[in-house]
Amino acid sequence: MLELLRLLEKDCTLTRGQMAAMLGRSEAEVSDAIADFEARGVILRYKAVVDWEKTDVEMVTALIDVKVTPQRGEGFDRVAERIYQYDEVESLYLMSGGYDLSVLITGRTMKEVALFVAEKLAPLESVTGTATHFLLKKYKDGGVVFAPVTPQEERILMV
Amino acid sequence: MSAFSWHLGQRVRAIPPSAIRRFFDLLETMPDAISLGIGEPDFVTPWHVRDRGIYSLEKGFTKYTPNAGLSELRGEISAYMRRHYDMAYDPKGEIVVTVGGSEAIDLAMRAVLEPGDEVLIPQPSFVCYGPIATLAGATPVFLETLAENRFRLTAEQLRAAITPKTRLLVLPYPCNPTGGIMERADLEAVADVLRDTDIAVISDEIYAELTYGEAHVSLAQLPGMEERTVVVGGLSKSHAMTGWRMGYACGPREVIAQMIKIHQFAIMSAPTTSQYAAIEALRHGDRDIAAMREEYDERRRFVVDALGRMGLPCFEPQGAFYVFPDIRSTGLTSEDFCEGLLRAQRVAVIPGSAFGASGEGFVRCCYAASMKQLTEAMERLKRFLEGTIQLTIDN
Repeated sequence: MLELLRLLEKDCTLTRGQMAAMLGRSEAEVSDAIADFEARGVILRYKAVVDWEKTDVEMVTALIDVKVTPQRGEGFDRVAERIYQYDEVESLYLMSGGYDLSVLITGRTMKEVALFVAEKLAPLESVTGTATHFLLKKYKDGGVVFAPVTPQEERILMV
Repeated sequence: MSAFSWHLGQRVRAIPPSAIRRFFDLLETMPDAISLGIGEPDFVTPWHVRDRGIYSLEKGFTKYTPNAGLSELRGEISAYMRRHYDMAYDPKGEIVVTVGGSEAIDLAMRAVLEPGDEVLIPQPSFVCYGPIATLAGATPVFLETLAENRFRLTAEQLRAAITPKTRLLVLPYPCNPTGGIMERADLEAVADVLRDTDIAVISDEIYAELTYGEAHVSLAQLPGMEERTVVVGGLSKSHAMTGWRMGYACGPREVIAQMIKIHQFAIMSAPTTSQYAAIEALRHGDRDIAAMREEYDERRRFVVDALGRMGLPCFEPQGAFYVFPDIRSTGLTSEDFCEGLLRAQRVAVIPGSAFGASGEGFVRCCYAASMKQLTEAMERLKRFLEGTIQLTIDN
């Protein structure tokens, strides 16, 4: 039922009845498959994609390159765990290339983000360096384009 | 200013104005209506295809192309026809690139028809065949296909309609508006009837990529049929490229040569930018086709299921992106049904009668819309049906 995952990833507000109809399965089959995906941790959470820019909420997002010294026997996992526990950290990836960890964090102000780096991230003993890049504009996120919708001219066509 | 009185051609005046114009005028006054009326993909053309069009502009490719279309594009069409349908057309002489599939139909009819000829047109079907045949001086003869035959053309129907004047048969499958298809066995039966005649065929296969289950079969794939068939195709539906106006015709050299002659005087050449984009679409677009078809299929199943739950009988469409439910149980004509649905619940679907007499009692819903729109439209349709049933009981 991988097609079910694709449907959910696109729109998790579809009802089980709708998904069953779309996939040509029974509602029970869909429910069972979802339960199984949830139990196995294939589906972790259902959430909305929000464009905060269109609200009054002030928000700053930064992408931080982090260089760390891997620890014997633990590699990067231990320091990664210590970083992702912070609520401010939205995403954390281990990277190939010039640095090791990529941390995406959000805060209310630039200062809040900068303080997080200075007070929490940089002082971790295995962190040897950070570079903070503030995100200026979100064009596309999670497959969704963050752009104003331009309406098309009304067309009355016989096709 | 002295009064001038136009003398207008008899042929064009003979074409009746659109019967559903009034319906569309009404729709125009309702910006909040959900329209399942227009038959076109709701997808935007894949970016790599758009990008290729833009690149051609950057390179300054803004002149006419050869009349028959860019040879590179004709080569891609030839390769595509071989890859998808195992049909062999020579890019030199057996393919012409047209302004949408509609132009290809026009060219083929004008190349073949003479005054007095009869053209057999299965209905319900797309609205252009009759008027184009009329403009070419011929007489359209409509064959009414039936829901109980899954809107397929039967050999008996065809045989019964043939007269000494019959010159041409139009095969509009996969079918707009019914979603019906012709499987190989159906086509073989048709081919058996045609074999003893000198009737040519225009096979309008614009929806060929949109079949669910059975892969599309072209009449021209059957023995002895290629030489009498013009296959009309295009990228509008398969690659979500309606606005680019990219169609083509493939057929025997002798008829394509005459079609190119008409095309060169009436059109000159199809839009250059669109032709470059079409090269990319045909060369690298097979994955796009498959992805879109999969999405249409999901929506198709959803809509068929929803209609079934409402108790509207609906033959399961196997092609294109339309469902064609039977609304006779409501006691309304298809026009009254559509107008009532639009006024009461703000959902636009098209009366089946617009596509031919046998479309009466049916309506066409295009499911190339978002799931959100489809869900809401089905809810509203259900409310409308409950309302009409209530009315019927009250009366």
